[in-house]
Amino acid sequence: MNPSAYLALAAVLFCLGATGVLLRRNAIVMFMSVELMLNAANLALVTASRMHGNLDGQVFAFFSMVVAAAEVVVGLAIIVQIFRSRRSASIDDASLLKF
Amino acid sequence: MTAVFWICALLSVAGAFGMVFSRKAVHSALWLALTMVNLAVLYVSQQAEFLGIVQVVVYTGAVMMLFLFVLMIVGVDSSDSLVETIRGHRGASIAAVSALLVLVVTMVSQGMQTMAINRDPVGLARANSDEGGNVQGIAKLLFGRYVFAFEVTSALLITAVLGAMVLAHRDRIRALPGQEELSRQRLMNPATAAGLPAPGVYARHNAVDTPALLPDGSVAENSLPGALQLRGVAHDVREEVAVTRAAELAADPTQAQEDES
Amino acid sequence: MTSSPALLVAVPLISAAVLLLAGRRSDRWGHLLGSAAALASFGLALATVFNLASQPAESREISQTLWRWIAVGGFNVDVSFTVDPLSAVFILLITGVGSLIHIYSIGYMSHDPNRRRFFAYLNLFLAAMLTLVLANNFLLLYVGWEGVGLASYLLIGFWQHKPSAATAANKAFIVNRVGDFGLSIAVMLTFVTFGSVAFPEVFAKVDNASSSTVTWIGIALLLAACGKSAQFPLQSWLLDAMEGPTPVSALIHAATMVTAGVYLVARCHPIYDLSATARAAVVAVGAITLLMGAIIGIAKDDIKKALAGSTMSQIGYMMLAVGLGPIGYVWAIFHLLTHGFFKAGMFLGAGSVMHGMNDEVNMRRYGALRTAMAVTFGTFAVGYLAIIGVPPFAGFWSKDEIIKVAFEHSWLTGGVALLGAGITAYYMTRVMLMTFFGKARWADDAHPHESPAVMTIPLVVLAALSAVGGWALLHMLHLESWLEPVLGHGEGELPFSSSLLLPLTLGVVAIGVVAAWRVYGGSAEIPVLAPRGSWFIRAARADLGGDLFNEKVVMQPGQQLTATLVRVDDSVVDGAVRGIGGFIAALSTRLRQAQNGFARSYALVMVIGAIIVALALAMVRFA
Repeated sequence: MNPSAYLALAAVLFCLGATGVLLRRNAIVMFMSVELMLNAANLALVTASRMHGNLDGQVFAFFSMVVAAAEVVVGLAIIVQIFRSRRSASIDDASLLKF
Repeated sequence: MTAVFWICALLSVAGAFGMVFSRKAVHSALWLALTMVNLAVLYVSQQAEFLGIVQVVVYTGAVMMLFLFVLMIVGVDSSDSLVETIRGHRGASIAAVSALLVLVVTMVSQGMQTMAINRDPVGLARANSDEGGNVQGIAKLLFGRYVFAFEVTSALLITAVLGAMVLAHRDRIRALPGQEELSRQRLMNPATAAGLPAPGVYARHNAVDTPALLPDGSVAENSLPGALQLRGVAHDVREEVAVTRAAELAADPTQAQEDES
Repeated sequence: MTSSPALLVAVPLISAAVLLLAGRRSDRWGHLLGSAAALASFGLALATVFNLASQPAESREISQTLWRWIAVGGFNVDVSFTVDPLSAVFILLITGVGSLIHIYSIGYMSHDPNRRRFFAYLNLFLAAMLTLVLANNFLLLYVGWEGVGLASYLLIGFWQHKPSAATAANKAFIVNRVGDFGLSIAVMLTFVTFGSVAFPEVFAKVDNASSSTVTWIGIALLLAACGKSAQFPLQSWLLDAMEGPTPVSALIHAATMVTAGVYLVARCHPIYDLSATARAAVVAVGAITLLMGAIIGIAKDDIKKALAGSTMSQIGYMMLAVGLGPIGYVWAIFHLLTHGFFKAGMFLGAGSVMHGMNDEVNMRRYGALRTAMAVTFGTFAVGYLAIIGVPPFAGFWSKDEIIKVAFEHSWLTGGVALLGAGITAYYMTRVMLMTFFGKARWADDAHPHESPAVMTIPLVVLAALSAVGGWALLHMLHLESWLEPVLGHGEGELPFSSSLLLPLTLGVVAIGVVAAWRVYGGSAEIPVLAPRGSWFIRAARADLGGDLFNEKVVMQPGQQLTATLVRVDDSVVDGAVRGIGGFIAALSTRLRQAQNGFARSYALVMVIGAIIVALALAMVRFA
């Protein structure tokens, strides 16, 4: 399968993740959409590694995964903290940074 | 190859749709796990075996589990309402994302048309065999050329763990009761002075939400975990007890007078 | 000393400075210092003129340059004074009549606590007027011009507590300013055309200029002269200027300052010689003012205003003469001198009458004063005979010559001059009859008495000059040939036999006198309350619409223009500024609502931003 198909798939997954970020109000589901976007990027990287014939893309994707994991840890800890003080997991509640 | 691609692609897109449009958050997590597994298959199909396994182990295994844990803490029943509070946001988002998709796909296909590696990707056969395998190849790069990034990433991980611990930490309101205190509490209370019965003595059922019955037939509240007590989902076991007892009596009528005594 | 004209200016100037700076300390001797300064400058003037006369006729000139005032590129102006035959007669008139009026003022202003300040201003006037006539270039003349304007303002508004006086001073200054604008234009044109503003250089090069330039310079100078000499169309200030004390009216508004316009035209006659248009304009202005002043004088009941109308008319005669060209220059100056004598004398006489009648100015409250104030009556009568042109008094000689050259120019100008003579006779006779003859119409508390000697002696001197001065100037001092090196000489042709001129003139004068006698003389009843009068009299009382014209044509449109401009400024200019501010405020109110605080909205904006970046990349890559 030629790599452009994989890249197109990556684009579709990325956009679906973006839709999730924009449309969902639950903080955790939003976070999961961000994870989806990161996965789409990883797919593109692995495809590129195949295209160019070296493993640099895979190493890049590996690092991306590690960082995503760290990010999930800290992000979820923050969500839990917010949930404890507000009793609500909706991101629309944090709307004080406005005019 | 092609069949694998198409199946996995379709499934992952389905999973993505499912994740985005599920009402319940736990369903979203499960759909996402589906997507991730399919992506792992796609990695393996592109000769990135190490990465495929890491995707399953780390992402699907660890990260998604973490998500599920937090969902449980936050409230597994929580679901978003369908009403959009920001005016025009839904339409604008769909439009923007569609535009982005069209743009990226167009750019990619335009750019890839002329590239030779599109029709004939180099492939990882040689790269994988150079070091004697995909893992060895990645290891060579990871601890060779990218060792500095590796070290920095490990520092990042440590920091993330520390951050999580700090954020999730809750201070104790009361001091932890010490051993002397616990003994005193137990001995001063007549109900527990002689020691509580071992688990299973009065149990009627091994489900956690079914309370044990005391000898006089009343429900032993201590046998239920506190959370279930509060939620009031205790399973009333006396009906089953009646059925079982009737069956026992039918088998052996001589036990009837033991009940009345 | 006699070869230093600057000294003539310096003496009264220093005296003015001393009197103003010394303040109340000098109240006791201020008037004496002022009069002494005036007399000293008269003595100096006399000596200077004798010095001048001792020089040969073709090159009679005493020059003195004090310092270089302006040296900017090609523009060089010196503070330089010149005495030549023309300025010689002027300095004698100014200092001579000025000294007499200073002495008169010692008595007239004796009850005024601000007498010292009065003398300071009078001295300031003398210095400025002398600067004007002695200046050797246009710019220094302008300094003197402005100086006399300032002195006039200060003196008209001398009684500062009277609102009418302050207003009159403002009016005089403002109307003069319009004329000064003409003088500035003339100076600028002169510099641009000739490269210099000094008289000798300008008049030497005047042939090289184009005729239109010369005409414009002439018209601009005429505008200046109209302002200063109260000629049409800038005549409205002179009658209001009578708010000032009577010596002021005598000195400034009869003898000297108002004649500065005539001096200017006479001095610049090389320019007028080359432009028939400018000359025609001068003649027209003179003729119109001549008649206008006379008609106004018929209807005024205030003695000073009647005399002011007369001044306006007589200066009209002078402008008429000076506009006729070389045939008339000398006679204009001659009439200026004789007019200085008899008009100053009559004004001082009016002041004496007012002094004796508790400062009453309404002639309807006079009557039969000739026995109560005999000296005043006698001197006033001499002036009266001079002004109406009865031989051998001074006015006869000068006015007759003007009528003669007017006829030499054309029937129209001659007719106007003759008519003016007749009307002059009428209104002056009216003044005489109403004031000194007839029945006494005095107020109950009036005790007419003769003025003290300090006031009557100048009256007598001026009366003597009015009697014999004309004949003396013409035939003993040969004024014509004295002024010829400066003003040139002209010959004209009378359209009729010259022997008809004298009877014609005297006949018209007699008609005027008789007509006035019929209305005001003998046993005629002069009502104390002025009757309404015919439309003619009413128009004359309203200054023939001079003030009305100024109000309707200049003042009200000006006020409306200002109001409109203010409105435009408020609504358009300020509105635009406020509109910009308001627009920005409204825009920002709209824009800041994009910050609604929802993270998802911001995420949407980020996605849109990403699209834009991707588009830009695509453009660059694939365009």
